[in-house]
Amino acid sequence: MAGRTKDHSRSRWPQRLHVVTGKGGTGKTTVAAALALALATEGRRVLLVEVEQRQGIAQVFDRAPLPYAERAIATGYPGTASGGGGEVFALAVDVEEALLEYLDMFYKLGRAGRALKKFGAIDFATTIAPGVRDVLLTGKVKEAVTRTSDGRRVYDAVVLDAPPTGRIGRFLNVAAETARLAKMGPIKSQSEGVAAVLRSPVTTVHVVTLLEEMPVQETADTVAELRRLDLPVGTIIINSAQPPLLAGGRVTAAEVRRGLVAAGLPADRDVVSGLLAEARGHLSRREVEVALREELAGLGRPMVELPELPGGVDLAGLHHLAGVLAG
Amino acid sequence: MTAAVLEEIEAAEHLDIDDLLGDPGIRVVVCCGSGGVGKTTTAAALALRAAEEHGRRTVVLTIDPARRLAQSLGLSDLDNTPRPVTGIKTRNGGELHAMMLDMKRTFDDIVAAHTDPRRAEEIFVNPFYQAMSSTFAGTQEYMAMEKLSQLRARDDWDLIIVDTPPSRSALDFLDAPARLGRFLDGRMLRLLLAPARAGGRSVFSLVTASFGLFSKLMDKILGAQLITDLSGFVGALDSMFGGFRERAEQTFRVLQAPETAFLIVAAPEPDAIREADFFAGRLEDERMPLAGLILNRVHEVAAAEIGVAEASDAGAALREENPAAADVLLIHAALLARAERERSVARRFTTAHAGVPVATIAAQPVDVHDIDGLRAIGSALALGR
Repeated sequence: MAGRTKDHSRSRWPQRLHVVTGKGGTGKTTVAAALALALATEGRRVLLVEVEQRQGIAQVFDRAPLPYAERAIATGYPGTASGGGGEVFALAVDVEEALLEYLDMFYKLGRAGRALKKFGAIDFATTIAPGVRDVLLTGKVKEAVTRTSDGRRVYDAVVLDAPPTGRIGRFLNVAAETARLAKMGPIKSQSEGVAAVLRSPVTTVHVVTLLEEMPVQETADTVAELRRLDLPVGTIIINSAQPPLLAGGRVTAAEVRRGLVAAGLPADRDVVSGLLAEARGHLSRREVEVALREELAGLGRPMVELPELPGGVDLAGLHHLAGVLAG
Repeated sequence: MTAAVLEEIEAAEHLDIDDLLGDPGIRVVVCCGSGGVGKTTTAAALALRAAEEHGRRTVVLTIDPARRLAQSLGLSDLDNTPRPVTGIKTRNGGELHAMMLDMKRTFDDIVAAHTDPRRAEEIFVNPFYQAMSSTFAGTQEYMAMEKLSQLRARDDWDLIIVDTPPSRSALDFLDAPARLGRFLDGRMLRLLLAPARAGGRSVFSLVTASFGLFSKLMDKILGAQLITDLSGFVGALDSMFGGFRERAEQTFRVLQAPETAFLIVAAPEPDAIREADFFAGRLEDERMPLAGLILNRVHEVAAAEIGVAEASDAGAALREENPAAADVLLIHAALLARAERERSVARRFTTAHAGVPVATIAAQPVDVHDIDGLRAIGSALALGR
């Protein structure tokens, strides 16, 4: 508990709501999970939320599918310089349950709310007015960010594994989407409350990318869109970065042959030319990566690079990434 | 090289892409898979090959192409009509057309086709229609299938190749038509419609007492203005219900027809392979014809004689005396480790779906966004070795 009263304003990640987006396939769920662990390592009590009903968090932590309930899923490394290890809780938001919960909270429906399900009202509401769905999801996130118990915040930070870059603007721009439908009434005030939190200094939106052309292009597009919508752009997180091998940019066949002989490995022509071909592939990728990294730097946001995990993502790997994020 | 990879992905038969593209009985190829696996590029490469090598009059329907790929296909804007692609080889008499889906316009067209102009105008200005036609999760999928259905019905093309939307799930585009149908058929909508049909003013006025709680609730939650808009929307849509459902069913039939072939595109990564696995199972359940798996961005080594451990040990040992060779060996170790991981991930699919043929595309250092690059992908796919 001691860690929870700490001031996190000097952390690399001072905000309380961290929205993590990225193009599909860039590993945003992994990065969101690693960020939650990094914040827990600073001693914070963290809620990691997913809203797309794909059970990505359970997969990353190698757990059974998560219910719609906040469950402790991991702890930050304790005893680090920054303080005791905090905890990560996870929540997979279910739209139907969120709607029922919302109705219950505001209208004291009790079990009568379940009747809505029977009438197909929920399917209906989220189909005909897609903005309603996003208001419910972001509303649940806002509730977790602002929740208090005995006058203290329940969570020091919330990390949202958000929809991918293609949908993030619309998802976060809830008030505008619902304003088209509801010019007054409870949905409107609910969405305005959410919008206020999303545009406050409490929130930051991080974009995950790979050093590949399409993800970088989408990152640039997304940063522009978020700025246009007046949403706070956080850190650009480059995932799966390759180690900077052959920084000198050249190697000769003679060098490779000599090295192979010295190491007692086969050094015939095919092996040497094969290795050189692989090295050339690496160098041409590096060249592309240098240009893409510059393009990202031009966006004027802080950048962090996470190394590719050679063994794929497992819990040890997640902690490693968390360590890199913690800085 | 690719053959070696395939051999190691045990039990996988080679997918002969030319057999598929050259078969006059195949009229529709649907490329599906999760987001970020290179579906659009693959669809474009297949379409180009069908036109150039098989002389087919081909159209490729893309959903959300990368800007530079769109430019090289001559697609400068959302356009919704197929445009001829220039700069392709036409010696075999083939043609290539490309179009980018405009979801909203497609929806508008359906509305216009199924109702009178006055009604259509009412629908277009309704805020619910505007929200649904541009943001309904599933509208893009539904409209992609609708457009496919339209293109097929016109019978102007020998072959239609469709790229599917970058959905939350690869299954969304299969489910969207049914979901929309279910929605339009839903009990909820009937309840809302009853008064509209009766010319009643309040949406819930004719509903029985047992519905009272629900009615009060809706008023309370949604507010009166919203219910008026909703009622207007539902009333206006009423005339078109049959049309929507019929079309959804028709599209589903096109997808089940033997003239259709599904190709699953996946990268050899856990998420993409898991989606591919779900999708293959689903196609089987729906009796939709799965022609094969295209494994994109496969990494290959050129010096297979040296193992991962050998290479990384030697790399560490040579660090001081021969840093360039050390780096080359570490590059090899990382590449081989990656290739092995990819193969074991891909095996999850090939063992679960042993009968599904597979073709691979090697990882490229640079993205493909011109006709030459698409042609190279097509040839690599066809050669397969």
